[in-house]
Amino acid sequence: MTTALQRKSDPWYGPLLALDVLAGLAMVVAIWAGLLFAKDAVNLAGDERVAQRIFYFHMGCNITATIGFLMSVVGSVGYLVRRTLVWDRIAQAGVEVGTLFAFGIMITGSIWAKPTWNTYWTWDPRLTTATITILIYLAYMLFRNGMDNRHTRARFASIYALFAFLSVPFTYYSARIFRSIHPVVFNGTNAEAQGGDVVGSVGATMGQTLLITITCFIILFLALFFHRWRQLSLESRIEDLREELYQ
Amino acid sequence: MKQQMSSDSLGGLLGRPVEMRTGGGFAAFLRKVWAVAAKDIRAELRAKEVASTMIVFGLLAVIIFGLAFDLRVPKSSMVVPGILWVIVLFAGVLGLHRSFGAEVDRETLAGLLLAPVEPSAIYFGKLASNLLYLFLLELFVLPTLLVMFDTNLFQFYILLGLFLGTLGYAEVGTFFAALTANSRARESMLPVLLLPVMVPVFMAGVGLTAGILDGRPISGLYSWLVILAMFDLIFFVAAYWIVDLIWDGI
Repeated sequence: MTTALQRKSDPWYGPLLALDVLAGLAMVVAIWAGLLFAKDAVNLAGDERVAQRIFYFHMGCNITATIGFLMSVVGSVGYLVRRTLVWDRIAQAGVEVGTLFAFGIMITGSIWAKPTWNTYWTWDPRLTTATITILIYLAYMLFRNGMDNRHTRARFASIYALFAFLSVPFTYYSARIFRSIHPVVFNGTNAEAQGGDVVGSVGATMGQTLLITITCFIILFLALFFHRWRQLSLESRIEDLREELYQ
Repeated sequence: MKQQMSSDSLGGLLGRPVEMRTGGGFAAFLRKVWAVAAKDIRAELRAKEVASTMIVFGLLAVIIFGLAFDLRVPKSSMVVPGILWVIVLFAGVLGLHRSFGAEVDRETLAGLLLAPVEPSAIYFGKLASNLLYLFLLELFVLPTLLVMFDTNLFQFYILLGLFLGTLGYAEVGTFFAALTANSRARESMLPVLLLPVMVPVFMAGVGLTAGILDGRPISGLYSWLVILAMFDLIFFVAAYWIVDLIWDGI
């Protein structure tokens, strides 16, 4: 429970509460849109037709994770140019929330892959790249933990984020070549396994549902991102006050 | 007067005054790089702690892989590409963290940074010595693989791929070694940071080596060499640009 003092000293309290409620409602809307509003996929049958509905949540996680990782790059470049910790907090919050949604991609993707590809996991280029990206950002979080000075930490983490981001396209292309030289084919549906034609074959309600769920996930992302960002700002403020106190 | 005396005596003690030599063009830069590399190699020749550890680990790893796969794999050339690149990556991690870790442990990093050279010269000097250690490691591992697995890796394109991959590995590895030198638990932090970023080099290296061993025509394998070369080039430029930022606060 919050006290009156907390509410008064924190100008973000009201807006964030509203955003939280909005994010909760958005999730209800996303579930409604994905499970009830969208019509069945005509080109699929049986389990695959049911499983296809997870696509909306899969795509929602995908977009938000990408936004999170892009924010980390923006924050890192911002820190290296401006040298203010605000940018570093944007990068850190972006990575943490982005990684959370990246795990969402993995989980929804595996659940969807089992009925469709008959396996939870395959070393498809997209899957390889996603795994490596998650590992890179887990390493980023561990790396931050190992340093005490806030500015050193911000600088080194920003440099690492830039280097890590550079290697992602290489991973994608090398995985793509790797698999085309050694094709791994499941039931001859490798074209679908590339994940490209799902969007190409969406019907009218599917397109609308996709738009709705992506918007809802972005609202959820914003709520989580602002919470984490504010938390980091408060932590930093405590650190400032502590330094002031012991000087 | 007093000051004059002290500066005089100091001058006599130190020889000529130290100047920051930033000019002098490319040849002068290369001389500075070589000075840093030569210092590292001399220290290594006396202490024998990095290259020797890497080489012994590499030989041990070949033997352990040999025990693991013996008679379990129909054709040993199926697993040799993976074994080669795994050994290079893991043995490299073992040695790379020493290149800046040793400087921090002996409290000589500040002295190195005070040397009248650009930070990038320090980085490239360390890169040169690390590259030398990695090549030495490969010089020992390749014949051992030939003996243990009866697979001849001494083919032009395999060696070219190994050269490019090692170069990219040393570039990023030296950079991350500098980055992690001051953090707690740098020995365990370096592989966690480094290995995910090295995945493209690993996949391209394994793909190329396997393709050559399978007897595929090189025309279908050029894309691997292109990936390795692009990786080397991009991280070379990125490291040159960004390396100044690592030390600007210390």
